[in-house]
Amino acid sequence: MALLALIPLGYVVTYTAIIGPVDLWHLVVRPRILELLGNTVSIALACMGACAVLGVGLAALVERTDLPGKRVWHGLLVAPLAIPAFVNGYAWVSLDRSVHGFWGAFLVITLSYYPLVYLPVVASLRGLDPALEESAWSLGHSRWRSFRSVVVPQLRPALLGGVLLVGLHLLAEFGALALLRFPTFTTAIYDQYGSTFNGQAATAMAGVLVLLCLLLLLADLRLRGQRHYSRVGQGAARRAVPARLGRARWPSVGVVGLVVLLALGVPSYSLLHWLWVGTSTEFPLGELSAAAATTVLLAAAGAVVTTMAAVPVVWLAVRHRGRLSTLVERCTYIANALPGIVVGLALVVASLRLVPIVYQTALLLVVAYAILFLPRAVVTVRAGLEQAPLVLDHVAHSLGAGPVETARRVTLPLIAPSLGAGAALVFLAVSTELTATLMLSPIGTHTLATEFWSASSELRYGAAAPYALLLVAISVPATLLLMRQERLQP
Amino acid sequence: MTSSHPRPTLRRLAPVLAAAALALPALSACSLLNPPDLVVYNAQHEELLDEIVPLFEEQSGLDVELRSGKDLEMANQIVEEGKDSPADVFLTENSPAMSIVDKEGLFAPVPDEALASIPPEFVPSSKTWTGFLARSTVAMYNTDSMTEADMPASILDFAEPEWKGRVGFSPTGADFQAIVSAVLELEGEDATREWLAGLKENGVILQNNLVVMQAANAGEIDAGIAYHYYWYRDREESGTDSDSSALHFFGDQDPGAFLSVSGAGVLAAAEHPEAADEFVTWLTSTEAQQAMAESYALEYPLNPDAELNAEVKPFEELEPPTVDVASLNGPLVTELMTEAGLL
Repeated sequence: MALLALIPLGYVVTYTAIIGPVDLWHLVVRPRILELLGNTVSIALACMGACAVLGVGLAALVERTDLPGKRVWHGLLVAPLAIPAFVNGYAWVSLDRSVHGFWGAFLVITLSYYPLVYLPVVASLRGLDPALEESAWSLGHSRWRSFRSVVVPQLRPALLGGVLLVGLHLLAEFGALALLRFPTFTTAIYDQYGSTFNGQAATAMAGVLVLLCLLLLLADLRLRGQRHYSRVGQGAARRAVPARLGRARWPSVGVVGLVVLLALGVPSYSLLHWLWVGTSTEFPLGELSAAAATTVLLAAAGAVVTTMAAVPVVWLAVRHRGRLSTLVERCTYIANALPGIVVGLALVVASLRLVPIVYQTALLLVVAYAILFLPRAVVTVRAGLEQAPLVLDHVAHSLGAGPVETARRVTLPLIAPSLGAGAALVFLAVSTELTATLMLSPIGTHTLATEFWSASSELRYGAAAPYALLLVAISVPATLLLMRQERLQP
Repeated sequence: MTSSHPRPTLRRLAPVLAAAALALPALSACSLLNPPDLVVYNAQHEELLDEIVPLFEEQSGLDVELRSGKDLEMANQIVEEGKDSPADVFLTENSPAMSIVDKEGLFAPVPDEALASIPPEFVPSSKTWTGFLARSTVAMYNTDSMTEADMPASILDFAEPEWKGRVGFSPTGADFQAIVSAVLELEGEDATREWLAGLKENGVILQNNLVVMQAANAGEIDAGIAYHYYWYRDREESGTDSDSSALHFFGDQDPGAFLSVSGAGVLAAAEHPEAADEFVTWLTSTEAQQAMAESYALEYPLNPDAELNAEVKPFEELEPPTVDVASLNGPLVTELMTEAGLL
């Protein structure tokens, strides 16, 4: 599986090598690349920062204070996960054309991505033992100071993981940024590809993008460090005593409400508005249901295959630690930052050269999904397996169970929740995947995302609305599953 | 909540997911059992083909499968696919994409009957593909801030500093690239390089031609480079994106009066060569050309016996420059545009 995941990287490296160093230098060191580099890095840093602040702030408000209506707010704050970023971009830009460029992209991306930080931080806050914080109070620290000096450091793994996901998503984001007219490497690769297919400039750009992804992964490894944050000791952690907001109560409700209004209210209003305006002209029931069925089928197949593929990778990484297994695990991440279009292109080339029979079949498309979204499943399943005590395996063995029976009766049931969460994440990702689907899907295949894209890029907002609404609708069950997943780990 | 909670959810979900995974091969088997009689890679507007293909299917009794995409994307994909390409017929919006496939020798000759319907200036000398519709380059200008008299005589003038921040265009689309290929053919490499540098310096880069039209109409830009039919279509439908704008036709054989030709060709390695010939022949027939002229498309039919609606500026009044359809060089255009920092 890791080898499959390396196909796109191999493709980029091979084709970059073919270009030769001199031409490559000219392709990389030119004003356009600098412009794109500036755009990509600035939007990534800005959104990662904003998502971190918003994610931690909201999580602390919901989890650690007496904010009125916490349960409802929690649900509403996670709900934007069900709205794909490009649907959100369409919602904003179709209502107000001045939402574009850097600030437009910053607004829309932050509102779409902050749950990626919020969710793990909430889970982490919930799992923390309040004892440490209480010790800080007893030493005379104020509530705020103890939160900052005791709680925030413990949130580090969840926060970093969430921010890393935001960064990786952003490097690969195409639809939203294209709609909001903010060119980054991914949108530029798409434009280049549209003009030249496997042209040299597109490959050089993909190379730079891979480097950015590696930098991000490296930064994450360094920041994470070797520290451990698990609780040692006997007994169970209590839930923390919520802080009283006092006079800040209603302003806090206002802030949370504003985020919900912007992240959920605007897209809902926009979708319903276009649905209302557009229904009269276009509501092709047959095409809608066919696209919805194809999307659900592909997303489900992608989710099953990807999650199954993640199990051996994780098992190797957790139960047989070593350089090789870390390498295998990390390899799977690289494809995640490559835009679907590069993975798609690599698979077109590889399948045509090696196994032409699978070209333009659902099989190849599912392989592409597995390559693209394996990291999401790996990360989630890994969190589950880390917590499944090895000693239970040994007990099973000592009772005479073979490896298969142990896996079936002990390990798999233990990691079942994380398998479910991994599958849900992949399901969400596949149902909104656009570029690889456009390239690799069997002839005549239309998904909700591709239909939505063709309508919205021709500014037929009314026609795009039903597809967007269905996309949101099929994302809801997976989002609910994720919401229940307390230990969702990035 | 403890970790035991979500397990039943997964259990309930598992059979559904397994069923879906099993259904997927069934889905592809379905299309295997019921293969199409003709596979068309279509880069023309999807709605147009959705409108006219059923007419052909009804007449011929053939089942046509459309795969839609963009000009250069599909052309390069066909080249990459080579002999394994599932495509029988390739349709484009502009001719440079046809040249890309033609250069690789992947087209079969166009049937004689089709050639008889289309004037020779819209067919390359190799006769490996044929034009079937044409679109005129125009400038759309905002009527609140501009008058016809303010518009430049030549499309090359948009590169001048006085247009800084006022002229919009969509460099990433095949449409604009076809216009650049005409400038390249008519004015040469150096002039094109200079023009592109000026546009990069002054121009406002927009996502596609519809956005160009909207932006000109809303006054965000004073003028935009696009093709005629976007504006006429909007007039015909609602007028919301065209009511404050007008079209400037350059005429006078200016590169800005370039007529871009939509091409149709049969692949040499087609699995269904007869059906492909039949389709292309039908596409150029008076009947199909008239159907397209009467569709929402509002592009110019190339069969002289078909006629476009009177609202649109008549074909005879366009005064386009003479450009050999086979000479348009797509790869050099992308190279120059990449060099100019537009791609």
